Amino acid sequence: MAITKLLIANRGEIAVRIIRAAQDLGIKTVQVYSIADATSLAVQMADEAVEIGPPAAKKSYLNADAVLKAAKDTGADGIHPGYGFLAENADFADAVEAAGISFVGPTGDMIRTMGDKASARRAAENAGVPTVPGSDGIITDMDEAADLAEQIGYPVMIKATAGGGGRGIRVAETAEEFAELAPQASAEAAAAFGDGGLYMEKLIALARHIEVQILGDGTDFIHCYERECTLQRRRQKVWEEAPSSALSEDVREKLCSSAVALARAVGYRGAGTVEFLYDDESGRFFFIEMNTRIQVEHPVTESITGIDLVAEMIQIAGGEPLSIKQEEIVVRGHSIEVRINAEDPANNFMPFPGVVDDLRIPGGPGVRFDHMLYHGYQIPPFYDSLLGKLIVHAESRSSAITRLKRAVAELNFGELKTTTPLFLLLAEAEEVRSGNIHTNWLEPWLETNEAKLASIGDNEK
Amino acid sequence: MANSEIRAPLPGVYYRRPSPEEPNYKEVGDNVSKGDVIGLIEVMKTFTPVTSEFEGIIVEFQVETEDPVMAGQVLVVVEG
Repeated sequence: MAITKLLIANRGEIAVRIIRAAQDLGIKTVQVYSIADATSLAVQMADEAVEIGPPAAKKSYLNADAVLKAAKDTGADGIHPGYGFLAENADFADAVEAAGISFVGPTGDMIRTMGDKASARRAAENAGVPTVPGSDGIITDMDEAADLAEQIGYPVMIKATAGGGGRGIRVAETAEEFAELAPQASAEAAAAFGDGGLYMEKLIALARHIEVQILGDGTDFIHCYERECTLQRRRQKVWEEAPSSALSEDVREKLCSSAVALARAVGYRGAGTVEFLYDDESGRFFFIEMNTRIQVEHPVTESITGIDLVAEMIQIAGGEPLSIKQEEIVVRGHSIEVRINAEDPANNFMPFPGVVDDLRIPGGPGVRFDHMLYHGYQIPPFYDSLLGKLIVHAESRSSAITRLKRAVAELNFGELKTTTPLFLLLAEAEEVRSGNIHTNWLEPWLETNEAKLASIGDNEK
Repeated sequence: MANSEIRAPLPGVYYRRPSPEEPNYKEVGDNVSKGDVIGLIEVMKTFTPVTSEFEGIIVEFQVETEDPVMAGQVLVVVEG
């Protein structure tokens, strides 16, 4: 049944984004909020707002019972979980459906299947989607492991199952190195974690992170092409774009089709993202995981395809079939999104939960700013630092980068420290402009450019 | 003897111990030296240690683990 009143079980910019999509569909909105978010933009914009607990997320936004109670009390017939918090909580999805409310996302079982690395990998293999070659579970016999390494092809990454923080990981380039390093990794893991178990994966040295946006209604499945999210810091994406400049048309077609094959194989319902590593050297791609939710970087796909992904997922949850067919999706131009965080890039990205004492939002052709800010807003310190996302669209990648620089320069947050200086600098970096990047490119570049970054921050003051 | 107050350098959530499984950094009656860690403040998912600027004996904790705190709020009273 079509959703008539949607509860938003999230906060920040994504809550604002979902409210807008619901309003465009003529759907009433209920915003739940913690005490710390009583003054939030989402609370001001929604038709109704219900307080669900104290600032700590586990006592409010992660409190499934409180969210469900708010839905029942207000008569909401749909719940959109956004990203993070309860978005990929299978038990919550089940509880929502059991209460007779539509969960805007896939079923609990699908979330379970894709949330578990091993079962997600099996599902991908069954659907014919390539996975990163590696050992099938824990290596017990070193000779067998050496044989396997030979089959996979060097270099291989030897990882301790109990590893973490970089310990228990070795990279072997040759059989000789493998014989030397595998016992070391095992010994290190045994000493640090009390478990010497190892597994092995092919190392993709110049990897790019490329992901495919898919939509499914349980019967039909389509893709909305790919996004490239290769620029990452501490495994957090900072700059996302579409289309990827690394893919040939042939590889793009194969990559996107394989994501659809996976969605079809599990009978997927809702919006989802199939993530891949793309090896620039061999031109091969490998499945890593599937995210069963809307993602932060969804607007770059919306920009190049014209599809409102959030509206689409609300309608699917309301029982409607997909409103678009694969052949109707046309990619136009190039889009880039950057994440504006309340962090000081000149000071090792220290969080900066200040007050928005000034606010100038960029505009003009091809500029979109999805955010949670207003003049005088005190940013709460209790949640992540994402304030908004600046999304630009232009006819070509180089004109999109130029437009990005222009739009970032227009942004003004007064005394608030944000990640904007990083993007001014990145937009000028030769490797970024030429697209010659990989997933481990940004961190060393940041170290080299620390002083430059600090000086841009100073000029802004 | 005069009392000194250790205040929160940042707004966020205060923790008296490094992780839920570990004991508190300090208890009432413990000695503190300059630079000793007395707790952590979580701000935007980042943890910052709070250190003592004073020497002396802890006489009072004004906040408990997981309490939200404002920048400048008194966390601990030290006699010394």
